[in-house]
Amino acid sequence: MADGRILVELGAVIVGLAVLSRLALLLGLPTIPLYLAAGLGFGEGGILPIVTAQEFIEVGAEIGLILLLFMLGLQYSAAELFSTLKSQAPTGAVDLALNFTPGLLAGLLLGWRIEPAVVLGGVTYLTSSGIASKLLSDLGRIGNRETPMVISVIVIEDLAMAVYLPVVGILLAGSGAPAAVIPALIAVAVVAGVLALAMRVEVGLSRFLFSHSDEALLLSILGLTLLIAGTAESFQFSAAVAALIAGIVLSGPAAEGAQALLAPLRDLFAAIFFAFVGLSLDPGEIPPVLGAAGALAAVGVITKIATGWFGARVVGVGVRGRARAGLMLVPRGEFSIAIAGFATAAGVDPEVEALAVSYIFLLAFAGPLLVRVGDPITEWLIARSDRRRTPPTGG
Amino acid sequence: MAEIREVKLPGVGVRYEFETEDGKLVEVLSHRSGRREIFVASGNDPDEFRRVLGLGQGDARTLAELLGASQVAERLAELQQQIEGLAIDWLPIRDDSPYAGRTISDTRIRTRTGVSVVAVVRGDEAEPAPGPETVILAGDFLVVVGTGRGIERVVEILHKG
Repeated sequence: MADGRILVELGAVIVGLAVLSRLALLLGLPTIPLYLAAGLGFGEGGILPIVTAQEFIEVGAEIGLILLLFMLGLQYSAAELFSTLKSQAPTGAVDLALNFTPGLLAGLLLGWRIEPAVVLGGVTYLTSSGIASKLLSDLGRIGNRETPMVISVIVIEDLAMAVYLPVVGILLAGSGAPAAVIPALIAVAVVAGVLALAMRVEVGLSRFLFSHSDEALLLSILGLTLLIAGTAESFQFSAAVAALIAGIVLSGPAAEGAQALLAPLRDLFAAIFFAFVGLSLDPGEIPPVLGAAGALAAVGVITKIATGWFGARVVGVGVRGRARAGLMLVPRGEFSIAIAGFATAAGVDPEVEALAVSYIFLLAFAGPLLVRVGDPITEWLIARSDRRRTPPTGG
Repeated sequence: MAEIREVKLPGVGVRYEFETEDGKLVEVLSHRSGRREIFVASGNDPDEFRRVLGLGQGDARTLAELLGASQVAERLAELQQQIEGLAIDWLPIRDDSPYAGRTISDTRIRTRTGVSVVAVVRGDEAEPAPGPETVILAGDFLVVVGTGRGIERVVEILHKG
């Protein structure tokens, strides 16, 4: 402590992340894959091993994950979630079927047990809401007709995760699939019950927690969130999901205030979280799984395009909008990483995390690129099919 | 008036769309923060909308007034003045309330505080203008109208009897 080593290491990590976030801004790319790569570089077997600050970074990463999910929940109210689920249920079901299955099957094909295969299914299922919403606003697409459907799909995925993570947690706890059924059902019932209750109490709760002092509001919300997440974890329930639900339950002025106050904290700790996931992975694990990750990523692009195409068609959007919706869903990011990190913490084979991280890495880069080049490609395809439909008439 | 299509954007707000008499598609995106954005459909793709203008809460009101809503606003202001000094509130019936499972007349809210119970809300359903024999249950909400003071007393009565 006295020799300032921990501060130097921590400073080096944060400066490294800062440089990367500037680079990402310059290139118009999401920061997540760059942070992951940085973690790989810093970690064991990497260029710059971290020793002293490891413990702090571990705790910081945990806080980062909790804040990511808490703030995701803050954006929505329970009533909004249920009405979205009701109106877009078919698209949500198609999304789940098309995008969870590839990961699950790939895991089984690789000869894994059912638990890590379910983890991989979760990784391929979840679109990155952070990357997608940033793209929507950067490209000025928030007003488009397909956008409500795109956002709805992401919202349903988040709700699905609230059920999925506790179930996976129980599966990974090692009791085996059949024995996990009852605890899993209990976990699902708890989640549904708390959300249903939230619809009744959210107004009063917000009023109770709100304060005009930024300091008081920040401290009470952050403190409560960490308390809830930690308590949940000590009961073998996913801390991340507890934070997500706490965010959903909190609404009104307290939620709006918290969103503004917690955003900088989330940015800092989430960056540490992404780096930490890279950090916990030995770079040597990556090359052997790269082929599988590439193939799975290619499938993941196609299945998400199909999902968006289907969903946009249901709400009466034309061909161009369907293509835009599909491509917008391609990026995978923070929550797939959360699942992978969760699995690693539970002691799953490092091969699972290596494959998941490579997959996310590929799609976090490829997704935004595809979204940007998508429009000209769509126009070209439409022009080509028009030409084919109306053959040139002689004379 | 043109038909207005309304779609919710979870976490963002509500999207309204209508077609003008000239056949242009216009969209108003109403953010939860009170900000408004106006979009117009681009030329060749009816699903792609370009942002024309962003309006703060006050700007939206100014624009609405210029577009002819001022009369409506005046009427609303009048109405609000009439109910100055009157408060409306939702009061939950807690599990430990001594009146859970009893009737409204048992509480004697009206005689003790001058506050009226205008509705009982249970789950998704509301019973407007409930009679004195209406039973209130734990988990219900009472919608009450009266003075702020009176409502505070009702809260006490409902909790402590």
